[in-house]
Amino acid sequence: MTRKQVILSAVAMSTAVVVGTAALQRLLMPKYMSDVVEGNLIADYYNSHFDHDVLFVGDCEVYENFSPVRLWEDYGISSNIRGSAQQLIWQSYYLLEDALRYETPDVVIFNVLSMKYATPQNEAYNRMSIDGMRWSSSKVNAIRASMTEEESFLSYVFPILRYHSRWSELTTDDFKYYFGVDPDFYAGYYLRADVKAAENVPEGRPLADYSFGVVCWEYLEKMRQLCEEKGIEFVLVKAPSLYPYWYDEWNIQIVDYAAEHNLAYINFLDETIMAETGIDFKTDTYDGGLHMNVYGAEKLSVWLGDYLTKELSLQDRRGEPELAAYWAEIAEEYGKEWQRQLNAIG
Amino acid sequence: MNQTLDTIMDILKDLHEDVDFESCTTLIDDGILDSFDIISIITEINSEFGVAIPADKIVPENFNSAKALAKLVEELEDI
Amino acid sequence: MLFTDFSFILGVPLLFLVYFLLPQRFRWMLLLLASYGFYACSGLENLLFILTTTLTTYGFARLLEVLAKQRNETLAAHKTEWSRDAKKAYRDKANKQRFVWLMVCIVLNFGILAVLKYGAFTVNNINALLALGTDTQLPVPDLLLPMGISFYTFQSMGYLIDVYREKHPAEQNPARFALFVSFFPQLVQGPISRYDALSSGLYAGNGFAPRRVLLGTQRILWGYFKKMVIADRILPAVTALISAPEQYDGVFVFIGILYYGLQLYADFTGGIDITIGIGQVLGISMTENFDRPFFSKNISEYWRRWHITLGTWFKDYLFYPLSVCQPMLKLSKWSRDTFGKEIGKRVPVYLATLLVWFTTGLWHGAAWNFIVWGLMNAVVILISEELHPLYIRFHKKFAWANSHAYDGFQCIRTFLLMGCLRMFDCYRDVPMTFRMFGSMLTKWNISALFDGSLMNLSLKVQDYVILLAGTALMFAVSLCNRRGPCMREKILARSHALSCTLTVLLFFVVLLLGAYGIGYDQSQFIYNQF
Repeated sequence: MTRKQVILSAVAMSTAVVVGTAALQRLLMPKYMSDVVEGNLIADYYNSHFDHDVLFVGDCEVYENFSPVRLWEDYGISSNIRGSAQQLIWQSYYLLEDALRYETPDVVIFNVLSMKYATPQNEAYNRMSIDGMRWSSSKVNAIRASMTEEESFLSYVFPILRYHSRWSELTTDDFKYYFGVDPDFYAGYYLRADVKAAENVPEGRPLADYSFGVVCWEYLEKMRQLCEEKGIEFVLVKAPSLYPYWYDEWNIQIVDYAAEHNLAYINFLDETIMAETGIDFKTDTYDGGLHMNVYGAEKLSVWLGDYLTKELSLQDRRGEPELAAYWAEIAEEYGKEWQRQLNAIG
Repeated sequence: MNQTLDTIMDILKDLHEDVDFESCTTLIDDGILDSFDIISIITEINSEFGVAIPADKIVPENFNSAKALAKLVEELEDI
Repeated sequence: MLFTDFSFILGVPLLFLVYFLLPQRFRWMLLLLASYGFYACSGLENLLFILTTTLTTYGFARLLEVLAKQRNETLAAHKTEWSRDAKKAYRDKANKQRFVWLMVCIVLNFGILAVLKYGAFTVNNINALLALGTDTQLPVPDLLLPMGISFYTFQSMGYLIDVYREKHPAEQNPARFALFVSFFPQLVQGPISRYDALSSGLYAGNGFAPRRVLLGTQRILWGYFKKMVIADRILPAVTALISAPEQYDGVFVFIGILYYGLQLYADFTGGIDITIGIGQVLGISMTENFDRPFFSKNISEYWRRWHITLGTWFKDYLFYPLSVCQPMLKLSKWSRDTFGKEIGKRVPVYLATLLVWFTTGLWHGAAWNFIVWGLMNAVVILISEELHPLYIRFHKKFAWANSHAYDGFQCIRTFLLMGCLRMFDCYRDVPMTFRMFGSMLTKWNISALFDGSLMNLSLKVQDYVILLAGTALMFAVSLCNRRGPCMREKILARSHALSCTLTVLLFFVVLLLGAYGIGYDQSQFIYNQF
């Protein structure tokens, strides 16, 4: 073998391995199009225009409960949701850190439900919250903080190590969306138009210990400080979901924290606010009280838009033509999807 | 020498009657003698010659042929 | 750290790269660094044990060498003046002194191994005896077992004995010796190398040689194929079968024999392929540990072809010394005089065989299962030795007994016999193993093979397809390797492009079809706890 031949074969083999692995990885990674669509939420943020007045951060209690389209259409507030399924508080922190590389909003709204989880919970949800992130030190830290015992860092660097066995479960979606997915989200909002009334939601069982984990407080504090540094208003919310149960003992701790740091804390479960929003658990939830449907989300958004305008003096930006055009497009898609779902329900 | 070789021939023939020990020089390399045979040979040699072959002499070179074995025995007798 | 850890898989190519970029004389130091890094991953406290073995063996080997030199110099100095008897007396005295030092080091190192590995087992057995007559019980020690301790202890003691026997000089550089003891690819599951065979390549720092690197890479990938695609895939089924013996009896015992045989073979030979493949890329040749063992026609042959380096270790350092030591020869002489020639001849062989197999059993694990397993092997080997003349007559009388078909029958018979013996180290205890064999004869549940029970062993249809195809491939490769150069060399000789293409293909097969990561149990290499 000549020197040239050796170099040639080495280059050819390495290329085949790298290109082949990349191609297979793309094929084998879940496309999250026909089911578990939440898997596409995180990556979808990078398709936005990075000009948001408000960023929502949190779990399903943000991406199913607030409608940025309504906020825009009624109040001229440009917003986006960085939320994913069971997004843990450190993931929220690092996703916020990541988003602040691209933009600096006026307000960051964090939903506090994830204060209840002080340890990594579920590998599949980790993947959905993290795989979609672009690479940065935030992603590295998010992985390190989130890994369950069975996971390895390298499987995030090379997701094929995680999804290699999916070859036996490939569907047409994997080929159809090979070159890119096209998820139906509206500035991070997941629209559901179906209705399933809440009935007999049980009281929470008493817990042995109601104090939140140390690590949760740390990340909440980090989030607050990050916002403070960047001059961002940090607002805490608790969505009006009936389940998972939100204990009074938990609520008190958040109230105290907000008071201590002079933060706004909006608990939508509060009877007065509930009355003001007009949430009706017979019509405004699609899964018996866990999450809002689009009717509930619109009611919450109207209340919130009112609050943001009056209390935090956010300006109406509907007069900006470029921004208006951008939102008009999203709003149109939003309306179409709503109608499509209504038709499907019949 | 001849007498030693003759005795060793008898010992070997006793183990495997159908092997041509006079000319074969690959008794170990070809797996004709296994470890049990080697121990039998050493025990026989000990009782015939009063020579104890130590474990470190159990290497293929010493057991590959009848001649090599005879040489080994004479060397050990010599010391 | 295991061979299947992602960090190992990514670390090894990186090591290759740095190795070839370093100047030649630094390469062995990189290996030492990598080996200690690898070992430290299994726990820093483990380093203490491997260092103790390294330093004592190094020191005593040097001492033995110095003593031999002094002895030779004294003998040379008095060559003419001393009588033959005086020389002999001096030599015996000098050798005796060396033997004492040899034994000090051996007892020390095997003592560490014995306490760590067999401490709890010994105390448990003593307690069982105590319980018969008294109320006293000794506390059972809970000691850590450093990774690969059996392997590096055996390798070091082999080296020490070889220096004692003056087979080769002692290593002068303690750092180089430390590499010999700790060389990372063979730390987990062998092979147990000899210093004279390993050292030339280990310290040479051979550079990048395309052909060797390609063939070595292929061997590593082939090892991963066996280990990850086959062994780790079938492992959950093996575990299910042996952990619920009440549910899986009768014909399932037979299935267990087949599955465990496949799993153990793919796991162990695959691991050795990875080890030797890494060596090949680095230009370090290692002793083969397997020679297509399932093609053996009898158990003695099987043990010459399976875990070869362990077998030859026991042969060279235990079986031979034991069979030819003075007391044994005396015993042989005595029994010859008392019981006649035929019996006298057998005494050393029988005694040494039983003892070696007792030790081999113990080596595999600190439990009675393993001891019984070892002794059963010895019994089968001795019986077939006794029947040997009968076999010869049988083969002479019947021509068909020399056909290929009969060869095949012998291979299958040996495979099944070994499979049955192997079950002793599977099931919970020895009585259980016998009960399970009993159920094979009494419980006639062959129908269970067709009622879908085999699909309940955490193996799906696609797993069976992969396992069947993979086994067929291993079989084909073994057949191809029967004569001449191995398959990888044959392919490379035929076409360079084909060889490269197959390498890349094999990489993707392992990547896609390997049973690794989440959803599969990260199985430990079966051999690394020994």
